[in-house]
Amino acid sequence: MPVKLEIRSFPVAGNRGLYLWTFAALVVTGLASVPLAAQPAPPAPPSRFVVVLDAAHGGDDNGGRLANNQLEKSFTLALSVRLRSLLAARGIQVVTTRESDMTVEPDKRAEIANRADAQACLSLHATASGSGVYLFASSLAPAAPARFAAWKTAQAAWVTRSLKLEGVLNSALLQAGMSVTMSRTSVTAMDSMTCPAVAVEIAPEQKSGEETTGGLNDKDYQARVAAALAAALLEWRTDAGRTEGQQP
Amino acid sequence: MIPRHQTILFALLLVASLAMGAALWHLRERAHQRLLAGQDSAPTSAPAVAPADQAVLLVANDGDGSILTQLHSLPLPADPGARARAVLGKLLDLYAAPDAAHPVPGGASSVLQVFLLPAPEIAGAVPAAAKPTIADSRVVVNLSRDSRANTPVSSPQDAQQSGPLLAVVNLTSSFAANHPSGIETEMLTVLSICGTLHANLPRVTQVRFLVDGQQRATLAGHADLTRTYLAGNVVPSDRAHP
Repeated sequence: MPVKLEIRSFPVAGNRGLYLWTFAALVVTGLASVPLAAQPAPPAPPSRFVVVLDAAHGGDDNGGRLANNQLEKSFTLALSVRLRSLLAARGIQVVTTRESDMTVEPDKRAEIANRADAQACLSLHATASGSGVYLFASSLAPAAPARFAAWKTAQAAWVTRSLKLEGVLNSALLQAGMSVTMSRTSVTAMDSMTCPAVAVEIAPEQKSGEETTGGLNDKDYQARVAAALAAALLEWRTDAGRTEGQQP
Repeated sequence: MIPRHQTILFALLLVASLAMGAALWHLRERAHQRLLAGQDSAPTSAPAVAPADQAVLLVANDGDGSILTQLHSLPLPADPGARARAVLGKLLDLYAAPDAAHPVPGGASSVLQVFLLPAPEIAGAVPAAAKPTIADSRVVVNLSRDSRANTPVSSPQDAQQSGPLLAVVNLTSSFAANHPSGIETEMLTVLSICGTLHANLPRVTQVRFLVDGQQRATLAGHADLTRTYLAGNVVPSDRAHP
């Protein structure tokens, strides 16, 4: 049976424009809600990507004594400044726990990191023993995120993400031709951070059976480490763009 | 004229004061004698006269960040606390040797005491998922800790006889001061001590550290010494991938 479509004219001519505009708005809204499956858009970086750089030690706390009587606190600060510049040049917002030779308590470092609401937190260390770069995630057992977390074990809810960040850093450093060792440890400030956190400890670059190819004083070695870390964080930003909203 | 009852009261108070003074003097003398007697009776059996036994040492290597098992024949005392101290002494002697793969000055004298106490109950031990799952063969050691390790035990006597033990290792301040600084090297020392204690005294499941009898924040600026470490989770490299 044929259906008879009856179009009535509106009694008031002024309302016709209003109905037309409403119809157009509905059409536009409907089109916007249709997913564009034919052309997948590249993952956009998260709207706000912040990296916290924690230069370990400082002030009264010298840290370890490196080659040529260089102090760990000076090395970590120099690396932090270098890395901050590299990241800033790539449009990444950086928060540092210290910008000079000053004492910052571990709890204060964690507080700075937590207030920054960062997507990555790197604690920078250096040592005269061992070789290559050591990456450490927290040794806390992974835990489900809770509304209120214990201060000393706040990192537990982020350990899984921290291990992923550790993997990304490992890949970038290996690509840069460095020797990398991954492990887990308990560092006071890091265990209180509510962000994907990794401690990076840089040792002299030595290869077995060969002479030292890069000491901690070697500017080229420092630059390569910083560049590899910056590349890893760029990769991490891309990953964060893909998985935004899944934290922790 | 002083009333009679006040005179009697004064006399009674005077007698009471003198009696209390005498009692205090007597108690002081008794405490002094007990202290002297305690010093005389301190058990100090020399390890050298004990029969030789096999000790398992988990020895760290800075070169590749590994911890390897080594067997050593040592004169080991029967007392668990003295045994633990002797084993750790041998381990630190290895580290103090000139050609050590994990050089740490100090040697056996760096371990002042090892106290063995009933371990606090750990509700919900660290799950296996906490262990690293990365395929890199250099990831061989795992360190987990429990944040609720201060829970009191239900029956200390039973735990002392057969239950798990908490080992409290008291190190010298000179050992901590001369220890090389760095996350990796400090954690290797802590892990090898924990693993060695567990390998020789399987009932030792938790380890805490003191330095000169006091709690210390870190060993040499990095490794956290305020925590209780779970000794059973240290896996030596040669057993990590059977």
